Amino acid sequence: MHARALTLAAGFVALALVPPVAALLNQPFYLDLVRRIMIFAIAAVSLDLILGFGGMVSFGHAAYLGIGAYAVAIPAFYGIHSGFVQWPLAVGLSGLVALLIGTVSLRTSGVYFIMITLAFAQMLYYLGISINAWGADDGMRLARRSQFAGGLDLGNATVFYYVVLGLLVLLLWLGHRLIHARFGMVIRAAKSNEPRMRAVGFATFRYKLAAFVLAGAVCGLAGALLTNQTEYLTPSYMHWTRSGDIMVMVILGGMGTLFGPVLGAFVFLLLEDVLAAWTTHWQAVLGPLLVLIVLYARRGLWGLMPGSRDD
Amino acid sequence: MSWLLVVEQCLNGLQFGVMLFLMAAGLTLVFGIMNLVNLAHGSLYMVGAYFATAAFGWTGSYPLAVLFALVATLAVGMVVEVIALRTLYERDHLDQVLATFGLILFFNEAVAIVWGRTALFTTVPPALAGHVQLLPGLRYPAYRAVIILVGLLVALLLYLLVSRTRLGMLIRAGASNRTMVAALGVNVRLLYTLVFGFGAALAALGGLMAGPIYTVQPGMGDDILIQVLVVIVIGGIGSIRGALVGAVVVGMVDTLGRAFLKPMLSGAIGPSAANDAGPALASMLIYILMAAVLYFRPQGLFPAARG
Repeated sequence: MHARALTLAAGFVALALVPPVAALLNQPFYLDLVRRIMIFAIAAVSLDLILGFGGMVSFGHAAYLGIGAYAVAIPAFYGIHSGFVQWPLAVGLSGLVALLIGTVSLRTSGVYFIMITLAFAQMLYYLGISINAWGADDGMRLARRSQFAGGLDLGNATVFYYVVLGLLVLLLWLGHRLIHARFGMVIRAAKSNEPRMRAVGFATFRYKLAAFVLAGAVCGLAGALLTNQTEYLTPSYMHWTRSGDIMVMVILGGMGTLFGPVLGAFVFLLLEDVLAAWTTHWQAVLGPLLVLIVLYARRGLWGLMPGSRDD
Repeated sequence: MSWLLVVEQCLNGLQFGVMLFLMAAGLTLVFGIMNLVNLAHGSLYMVGAYFATAAFGWTGSYPLAVLFALVATLAVGMVVEVIALRTLYERDHLDQVLATFGLILFFNEAVAIVWGRTALFTTVPPALAGHVQLLPGLRYPAYRAVIILVGLLVALLLYLLVSRTRLGMLIRAGASNRTMVAALGVNVRLLYTLVFGFGAALAALGGLMAGPIYTVQPGMGDDILIQVLVVIVIGGIGSIRGALVGAVVVGMVDTLGRAFLKPMLSGAIGPSAANDAGPALASMLIYILMAAVLYFRPQGLFPAARG
């Protein structure tokens, strides 16, 4: 317990120190990289909420990333740049879509659930690449980042960085509260034995659906952050391999833990960055590495950290 | 739109359908028998297409290239099964999805290392380059007609193999009760490896025939893989019959949707709206179909009998 708290504290201090250190070394690239990683960490934590804690293997999580991104880029295309409009729209819309997808998908289970969530994500992907008015498969440039009048200026790289870090910390804190609350207990119990939970009298479907919607909404926020990060919208945010990437981050870090997915996002994207600098064929290294991790390190990296047994 | 056009598009749909079937047969066998979700099946399709293209370049003989691609992909499949996938049979679907996702990354990059990232140029073998007269006024490319024939022939052979031969009996027995079959002295591990290699060869057959029609490039298996998953989920996991029906349905719906949805919509909602909505809806159609099937029949149309 003590060691874990220390590891965590050290991790967050390190994250908070990235902007000044990057400025000192005159390497703004690292600020950009870590911010991007933290955005994916938010997406990975949201997936872990249903995947790790709820046992719902959603293979279409990138869909919400895309919806969040479109919810920023489309208003911006029509000249509405206010983040007070865009961000709630991103969260609300992806939550709504998750509600629709979840209502249908949660009727199935096991491998059929994996496939149907994948099918819905593919539908949205193909919708995205077909709409010519909003860029089709080329995507479109975001004229400017979300504006928060009188408040934060996301155009400032450092401010944007701390906004993302703040959101990540907030998410982890809320997630911690949630999984230890009654709601979290129910979805975790439904994962280990759903018939028993139903027999005890819980309407597990509603709990699972609520978790599904929550995860979608949070991932929508990550999508809104991502378009702001890249200042570009592309339907490839919703490609099924992207869902695979997010899933890999969760498993790599350790599913069913809150901090595992964050660690997973860091390791996956840093590895990608390092390998890509070393060889253009980095995926030929990453792929087998992934197979090895699945075969031999099933608890993920967070499981190897000291004092992480109980998250 | 004339009747001949409709017939021609139906044939194209059937051609796409049998292509999907060649992939789906192997995938559904592995899924139904070994209980393995193999996302890397699309990679075997890609590998088959590359082997055939390369071998055609070396030998100049199409039959030799086909033979080489089938045998080589069979070998690749068996090696992958022994090294990586064998351990995954007992794991949950999540582990399988992830590990085979890793294999996709590897294979896509491996072919890029060997053959480069740009698409390879392939042609229809000269003997099949012409057209055949199917109906008065309907000339259909001979190559596509041959694909349809090969696909239907494979479907027939598979049916006979699984339902009429000793090997087929062992496969079905292994699917329903692995332990019992092993206790009776059958080498189940070897049987599984053979089934997997066989599925890989079928995927290669699909890939090498697809080569001249679509493009041979890294990642060519990724999108067709998802369509094949749609096929086997609609058909019912583990069922060859379901795979055939599912493949033809998906092939038809996709092809006809792409061909006729736009003109049909433009009558209803006007040409400019149909310009956007037509292609969007057409490419979403098979996923809508799959979601609907799963909603009403969560086990697919032809659920495989389970022992």
